[in-house]
Amino acid sequence: MKKLLYNQRLAPYLFILPFVLTLLIFWLVPVGRSVVMSFQEVLYGQATFIGTRNYERLWRDQVFWKAMFNSIRYMVLTLIVLVPIPMILAAIINSKLGSVRMKNFFKSSLFVPALTSVVVAGIVFRLMFSETDSGLMNQVVSFLGFGPVRWLREDLTGLFALLLLALWRWAGVNTMYFLAGMQAIPSEYYEAASIDGAGKIQQFFNVTLPGLKPTIVYVTTISVYGGLAMFLESFMLYAGNNSPNNQGLTIVGYLYRKGIQENDLGFASAVGVVLLVLVLVINLTQLTATGTFKKESAR
Amino acid sequence: MTTQTTVSSETDRTIVVERPRISRRTAVLIQSAFLVLIALVSLVPILAIFVGTFQDGNEIIRNGMSFSFDFSELSLDNYVMLFTDSGLYFQWFWNSLIITVIQVVGTLLISSFVAYGFAMYEFRGKSLGFILVIILMTIPFEMLMLPLYVQVNDIGAADQYWIVVLPFLAQAVTIFFFRQYFLGVPREILEAGRVDGVSEFGIFFRLVAPIARPAFAAMAILNGMTVWNTFLWPLLVLRSPDKFLLPIGLNTLLTPYGNNYELLIIGSFFSLIPILILFLAFQRFFIDGMTAGAVKG
Repeated sequence: MKKLLYNQRLAPYLFILPFVLTLLIFWLVPVGRSVVMSFQEVLYGQATFIGTRNYERLWRDQVFWKAMFNSIRYMVLTLIVLVPIPMILAAIINSKLGSVRMKNFFKSSLFVPALTSVVVAGIVFRLMFSETDSGLMNQVVSFLGFGPVRWLREDLTGLFALLLLALWRWAGVNTMYFLAGMQAIPSEYYEAASIDGAGKIQQFFNVTLPGLKPTIVYVTTISVYGGLAMFLESFMLYAGNNSPNNQGLTIVGYLYRKGIQENDLGFASAVGVVLLVLVLVINLTQLTATGTFKKESAR
Repeated sequence: MTTQTTVSSETDRTIVVERPRISRRTAVLIQSAFLVLIALVSLVPILAIFVGTFQDGNEIIRNGMSFSFDFSELSLDNYVMLFTDSGLYFQWFWNSLIITVIQVVGTLLISSFVAYGFAMYEFRGKSLGFILVIILMTIPFEMLMLPLYVQVNDIGAADQYWIVVLPFLAQAVTIFFFRQYFLGVPREILEAGRVDGVSEFGIFFRLVAPIARPAFAAMAILNGMTVWNTFLWPLLVLRSPDKFLLPIGLNTLLTPYGNNYELLIIGSFFSLIPILILFLAFQRFFIDGMTAGAVKG
């Protein structure tokens, strides 16, 4: 035992053992099982192989494509909102202007939404986006001179509610990531740029942005993940997995509907496999293009 | 916008004395106003819940949530109900508290272990292993939930807390963060420890972990809020109502038949309190921890 604790060659394997076990038990086995199940018809624990029939069904399934479209649209839009806005907020906090106390208040209040559960956030947003004239969002739009909107009944206004919910909950977290990334950029770079006559805006584009590249890669990666895996937000906002005309249905929502609610496990597994492939392709492309893998293997 | 670089304001001073000072002050004012505005907007939903805790549930359903309400109709009835007749609410609260503590401690320990192994040692399969961590990080758990759920039913692990916790102890995101942090710790510390006859695990616990305290604080907050709010997996796995975690319990109050909005709103508001305390307590370390472990290239 004592020898074991002092063994330098064995130590790393002991340290990473929990990861290897998790990987095997909770990742590789389920993925394998999912792939197998996607070629089966699973009924009351009885599984029969049916070849690629689940995938053929998927291919012709309008609702699946709708869910796919919804998820991808949501993912792209959250990326557009949740990368630049937090970056700008972080840049403002990181500037030398203004009092520290006010910035701390700002940071805390921006972060508080992330502490709410999706259940709580979903309920509040559903009530704020209520159809009645007196709902908060309808008061806002009537203040701006529009009539009351039936927010969650229409596709685009529902999408707006979902995006606002995402922005509200995650802007603070992403701002923290960017702030941390900015504070890791050596201040000498800024001094050098300012001596060369670069203004604040130029400094942002020539010093801050390149320095933030790893953070941007990281935030983009987790946002792609979060966007494609979104389900609970729409589940709470629409009070269940059934939104009008499936406008809030996502891939995971469809997987949940087929697998858990309708117990069609084989078909749901096929949905899961497609989702897995989609996420892997997007992220591996992104990580390879940004050179993340090269750097990791060089270490 | 209105800021002048210090360099130019120095050289301009002889010509225009006042201008740079005023523009700087204006800039601070604009910036402050902007930040306060955004901060208030982001607090609006929280304030709306708070107002809701004093309102009648039927009223909220009928009129939606807003700040136009009748002061004379606000009451403390909901608070009285929460503490006298809230069913399993405090049981769920307690369950969530315990699970959060166990899982955060477990995740911090296990994930920092793994990260340490990757950061500090050279071994066969290291880069492949770490690339697997990154890939794992990009796989939505939702994709695995179905086969895992089937597996849980097969081995009869449903309705037990350990299956709620176990899959998330070696967390890819947390491992990634800790590794970044440990890469910044000088390796000489390891050598010094070995010379002094400390075991490999002793080096981790007695020399490296104390240095990494800000990283542990940052990860305690991030994991704490994830676990306190975790919903989907426990929803699938837990069956008995007295074992529910708080978000699941709250969700069960949302039935198409019954009307539990009073309890739902006030329960939601109270569910924020522990996590808010955790955040405010560790906040000081938070940015430090995030900065030191900042995603470096």
